[in-house]
Amino acid sequence: MTGRELLSPSGQDVVFVLVGLVTLGAAVLCVTSRHLVHAALWLVVALGGIAVHYLLLTAEFVAWVQVLIYLGSVVVLVLFGLMLTRAPIGPSPEADSRNRPVALVVALAAAGVLVTLLVDAFRTTWIDLDTPHGTSRQVGDGLFRAWVLPFEALSVLLLAALVGAIVLSRRPGKRPEGGER
Amino acid sequence: MTDLLLRLGCVLAAFLVLPLLVGQAEHKVMAHMQGRLGPMQAGGFHGWAQLVADGVKFAQKEDIVPAAADRRVFRLAPAVALLPYLVVLVAIPLGPDELVGQSLDAGIFFVLAVLGVGVLGSLMAGWASANKYALLGALRTAAQLMAYELPLLLAAASVAMAAGTLSLPGVLDAFHWWWVPWQLVGAAVFFTAGLAELQRPPFDAPIAPEEIIFGAYTEYSGLRFALFLLAEYAGIVVLSALTAVLFLGGWHGPAAGRLGWLWMLLKTGALSFAVIWARVAWPRLRADQIQRFAWTALVPLALAQIALTGTLRVVTA
Repeated sequence: MTGRELLSPSGQDVVFVLVGLVTLGAAVLCVTSRHLVHAALWLVVALGGIAVHYLLLTAEFVAWVQVLIYLGSVVVLVLFGLMLTRAPIGPSPEADSRNRPVALVVALAAAGVLVTLLVDAFRTTWIDLDTPHGTSRQVGDGLFRAWVLPFEALSVLLLAALVGAIVLSRRPGKRPEGGER
Repeated sequence: MTDLLLRLGCVLAAFLVLPLLVGQAEHKVMAHMQGRLGPMQAGGFHGWAQLVADGVKFAQKEDIVPAAADRRVFRLAPAVALLPYLVVLVAIPLGPDELVGQSLDAGIFFVLAVLGVGVLGSLMAGWASANKYALLGALRTAAQLMAYELPLLLAAASVAMAAGTLSLPGVLDAFHWWWVPWQLVGAAVFFTAGLAELQRPPFDAPIAPEEIIFGAYTEYSGLRFALFLLAEYAGIVVLSALTAVLFLGGWHGPAAGRLGWLWMLLKTGALSFAVIWARVAWPRLRADQIQRFAWTALVPLALAQIALTGTLRVVTA
């Protein structure tokens, strides 16, 4: 096929690579920054970059869900947690743990597994970006027909996490006499 | 290309004009509800140019950054708070036949997702100010957002279920008049939750001037403070327009073919009036009352609305 060589990239390919570089840079800054809140804000940039990637791959629905869940809720939750505990302005070196080498090994291992998996699964498959692949109808069809079992398993997992969070936050033993609160 | 530029130009013009109209309406409506006149001098006729004069005043003021503040985040915050509303306006349909900035396949998700990002601006402002009142305001903002995002989404999901589409023009194409009573509970939940996300009274505990000065915006002055105020008015416009599109039929009305845009503007204006009215009519809720209202009233109501929508969809299908 013409126009599908790595050496003659289309405009979309170029934008994809550029956004990827920005995302990578923001992710690196996120883990290296010594300012706690700056790290959270770099996380916003990194997650937003991934949303732009989804858009470029015509997965519009997934892109907006990414913005809604990760930027709108998860990062707000992270910032809320930081502000509620301690988030001084300026560097906070005491927040660095000594687990850096271990974290690096885990990150590299996870990245290695994911890259191997993706490369092995898709190899030289090209997707045609002129027709949308990720409209809400297509995602819904896929999710509730072909992948309904993993979807249900995930929702059970989330429910278990929810129940677990409630159990953990109840703090048994600190209950006052009489039990009712 | 010129078509796209024209559309974006119109969206930008609406973004610059409508919030100012709402702001001026707030001055006058609040004044008359409280038995006074409001601004009467600027511009001559009933003080119509008051907001322009305010803008000039804000532009002349010194832009102060506190010494202990995180300068970059502090300066960036107003833009993060304001820009999402501009982006959202692109997806809101004004009239029939594709009279919309850009028709999006998952428009409902798009607008709600981008609206959620605007809160990051308040959080950044509150943290970067290095002021305990600002931090308290930001904390309340975050808690409020997390509580009200869920009912907002659930109410919007009910409309998406009824219409069978996530696109905003698609929702309007599928609209029938009996949707208004059918989705009435959802509409009330959506509008109330939207008010809370905008931190408008009676849900303005995050900025409560009598308790925490002005919340996350305490340390701001000059143009950056004006940008936060503009974001609030733009938020009113966006919330009213979204409620009109999702629950009140947007451009539907007599002679919708020619006058559709007028119906849409009228419905948006009426809802904006209700937002201003709520500020005059109700006292401020406490932060804990705000939380309890979200989790014990709005979430169950939104779930009940979804159950009703789903039942009726299955029965009539």
